Amino acid sequence: MFAFILNRIALLVPIFFGVTLVSFGFIRMLPGDPVVALAGERDMTPERHAEMMAKLGLDKPAWQQYLDYVWNLLHGDFGTSVLTNRPILDEFMELFPATIELGVTAMMLAVVIGVPIGIFAAVKRGTFYDQGIMGLSLVGYSMPIFWWGLLLIILFSGIWGLTPISGRISFLYDVPTVTGFLLIDTLLSGEEGAFASAMHHMILPTIVLGTIPLAIIARQTRSAMLEVLSEDYVRTARAKGLSPLRVYGLHALRNAMITVITVIGLQVGTLMAGAILTETIFSWPGIGKWIIFSVFSRDYYAVQGGLVLIAMIIMAVNLIVDVLYGLINPRILHTSS
Amino acid sequence: MSLLEIRNLSVEFQTVSGSFRAVDGVDLDIKETDLLSIVGESGSGKSVSMLALMGLLPWTANVTADKMEFAGLDLRTISNRARRKIIGKDISMIFQEPMSSLNPCFTVGFQIGESLKQHLGLGGAARKKRSIELLDLVGIPAPAERLKAFPHQLSGGMSQRVMIAMAIACNPKLLIADEPSTALDVTIQAQIIDLLVDLQNEKGMALVLITHDMGVVAETAKQVIVMYAGQQVEQQEVDSLFAKPRHPYTHALLNALPERSLHLDRLPTIEGVVPGAGDRPPGCLFAPRCEFVQDDCSQNIPGLQATELGAFRCFHPIDYTGQG
Amino acid sequence: MSNNAVDSIPAGNRRTSALRQSLIEFWYYFSESKTAVIGLAFLVGIILMALTADVIAPHDPAVQYRECLEQPPTWGAEKCNFAFGTDYAGRDMLSRIIYGTRLSLVAGGMVVILCLSIGIVFGVVAGYFRGWVDIAIMRIMDTILSVPGLLMALVLVAILGPGLLNAMIAISITYLPHFVRLTRSSYITESTKEYVIASKVAGAGKFRIMFITILPNCMAPLIVQATLSFSTAILDTAALGFLGMGAQPPAPEWGTLIAENRDLMLSAPWTVTFPGLAILLAVLAINLMGDGLRDALDPKMKRS
Repeated sequence: MFAFILNRIALLVPIFFGVTLVSFGFIRMLPGDPVVALAGERDMTPERHAEMMAKLGLDKPAWQQYLDYVWNLLHGDFGTSVLTNRPILDEFMELFPATIELGVTAMMLAVVIGVPIGIFAAVKRGTFYDQGIMGLSLVGYSMPIFWWGLLLIILFSGIWGLTPISGRISFLYDVPTVTGFLLIDTLLSGEEGAFASAMHHMILPTIVLGTIPLAIIARQTRSAMLEVLSEDYVRTARAKGLSPLRVYGLHALRNAMITVITVIGLQVGTLMAGAILTETIFSWPGIGKWIIFSVFSRDYYAVQGGLVLIAMIIMAVNLIVDVLYGLINPRILHTSS
Repeated sequence: MSLLEIRNLSVEFQTVSGSFRAVDGVDLDIKETDLLSIVGESGSGKSVSMLALMGLLPWTANVTADKMEFAGLDLRTISNRARRKIIGKDISMIFQEPMSSLNPCFTVGFQIGESLKQHLGLGGAARKKRSIELLDLVGIPAPAERLKAFPHQLSGGMSQRVMIAMAIACNPKLLIADEPSTALDVTIQAQIIDLLVDLQNEKGMALVLITHDMGVVAETAKQVIVMYAGQQVEQQEVDSLFAKPRHPYTHALLNALPERSLHLDRLPTIEGVVPGAGDRPPGCLFAPRCEFVQDDCSQNIPGLQATELGAFRCFHPIDYTGQG
Repeated sequence: MSNNAVDSIPAGNRRTSALRQSLIEFWYYFSESKTAVIGLAFLVGIILMALTADVIAPHDPAVQYRECLEQPPTWGAEKCNFAFGTDYAGRDMLSRIIYGTRLSLVAGGMVVILCLSIGIVFGVVAGYFRGWVDIAIMRIMDTILSVPGLLMALVLVAILGPGLLNAMIAISITYLPHFVRLTRSSYITESTKEYVIASKVAGAGKFRIMFITILPNCMAPLIVQATLSFSTAILDTAALGFLGMGAQPPAPEWGTLIAENRDLMLSAPWTVTFPGLAILLAVLAINLMGDGLRDALDPKMKRS
């Protein structure tokens, strides 16, 4: 098991260098004069230009610039925002909880609904229920989520007036930031109605962000279950006289979960891509909206830092999923010596 | 009174290209301590008929029978809930592929204990004690340590022993062994068969041994049923079956045993294959491959004829009266 | 009579009739799934719509009817007769959506062509040479995959500059790893088979073995991947257009249409609803077809 984890970590090293190379190259490949692009100043004097060039380290050879860059990254220096003059890491960490909060609720929605309906469809294979669930999940999988979000806003906020249009919480509440997770902070503040307001604001974004992972998880759970249900050990479990709940819910599901866990882990990338769109639609103050804003305001250090940080987070999550996969799969956990 | 009594059992599968009859009019009588063997080629319906009895066929299967009674219970009309109280307890079954028949995600102890909990309601400590006894009974060394093992840590022979331990956990009245030794090494095969026969004697249960190995039949069984293309073609006691097979198929099967053809240069074979879904002959199903075939064989379907020694399904059985 | 159809094929056309035979067999499996056939029919409809946009669109997509701003959908009204309504500038939504099919189909098609051609070359090269060439190509692909597709596409568009063409290139790069991986793995599986050894023994050259002997046998999974990428490319093109990084106004690209009318979504919801519905239906049709293709082409899935 230990060797298994080490092996997984070793696989991440080249990807880490690949990602840093891409983000390093990104700044150099920007159109026009990189000094002008990065300094965000117009009409620089030649002296100012030379000064900025030295300050940004652009006068050194490229390989040295890259090594410096990786060295800084490894020491937690992800650069400084041209717009706010604050370290990128600080900005990222400030906004990240909002994205995690939304991502976790969306993922919970996707798993809590997706896994059971996937199992149900597999057990009822070929019936009306199976076809209905698979049809709906294909619609979900094909959904342009930015439009789905706007459609839900038109219906729920515009026509029925049930949900707020945007933001994380009503402006009536001023909740002190403790953890950055608003659902927790509102509970800690003890302010009446604040938690409910935060929940209320989460409903639509959660549905929108959770739709595609939900569809994918339902489809993959179904196919994993179908594969497992034809295995001999499922017949053995039935031959023991166990109840269907135990046969499907324990013997089959435990094996199917080995695949499903991997699928769920892979959705983190989907979630981050979805967060860019969802946060833009709902003005959700998270990483996705920040990245878009940085691209538009040409804050390239922020884009670069965001790219590396998101890639590293996804790598970390994938590592955790790999470890979980090892823990849940006895063939890896208990390798006979 | 019979422990298990089956009359005219048929199983049909609904497929895209129409229905396919995998088991056709099988009769079966098993008494308390019988050792019955069912032999036949692959696809002859031996396993399917037993899976039908257990209620383990997929929903595409249509099971019909005139009578299907186990210990006085009518298995045709029994509810699923009531059936689950019997199978795994009074009737249990072991399968051909021991390696894939154990769940790879659970320990041996968990999988044996599960049956004990389900049917006997034993508590944790009692389950553990009984599981160790069972593993010891089926000849697994260091049983206490083995409880914590996962299936992938066991060999094929060990896995089959665990399957047997699981099957006899609740002292079944009937154990069905579906080709229990086919997937194992030749050296292990005999051990597993011996173990099953010993356990049968010890526990006084009935044993149905499904196999395609005539050698196994000769060494173990008392009663033998020969199946062909879903039909029972012959039933006899083992000694008389080997001495005087009445059905040409049984005769051909026995002739194909290497031990019986030592004097020949070539091992005799049965030409052709078992008819499938699309090419069932109109009369006797064995007629196209039969060396004694006559004109009426392909016109009418022979019925099962009872004799003093058993039964056979043939118009022109092999006649031994002239030999004395 | 119909039996004679097969006999009447001249002996010289044996080769083509074998191809025809496999096409007939493919169609047999494909048409088993009704939904796949519906998807295909719908896709054909969309393609026809794109081709005949000049004829079937009731209005010029760029003409602004100043007297009919934000007109709700009307059927057969005397004044301002617009089936899907008009947008903030008084342009006919229906015509803009019809013309938009051209942009979406071209974007999806371009992405698939780019990915297939480059992905196959990289995949075959990695599979043929193995060693450090393989490692280098696969690590680059891993790197691209480690960043969420849309984010990677955004960064690339930031370098290349916004626009439909650049969006297509960016999306192609983010999809490339799937094609390279798929080609490489099926190439490696195929390359150990006997017919390849036979071909080598017969003295076939490097390129003949790579692209003529082995590649055709790797096509089935690639075709399925291409179909699924076609639909996701349409989705991602629209998403980039919606974010303002894809096709630029006044181009009637579906995602761009939603973006430019977003401020009207509560007062004139039809301006947002119809373009999105067009995206959903197009993507859904292609995915339905893709599912059918996978079942028909993949013998392993056929049985389930």
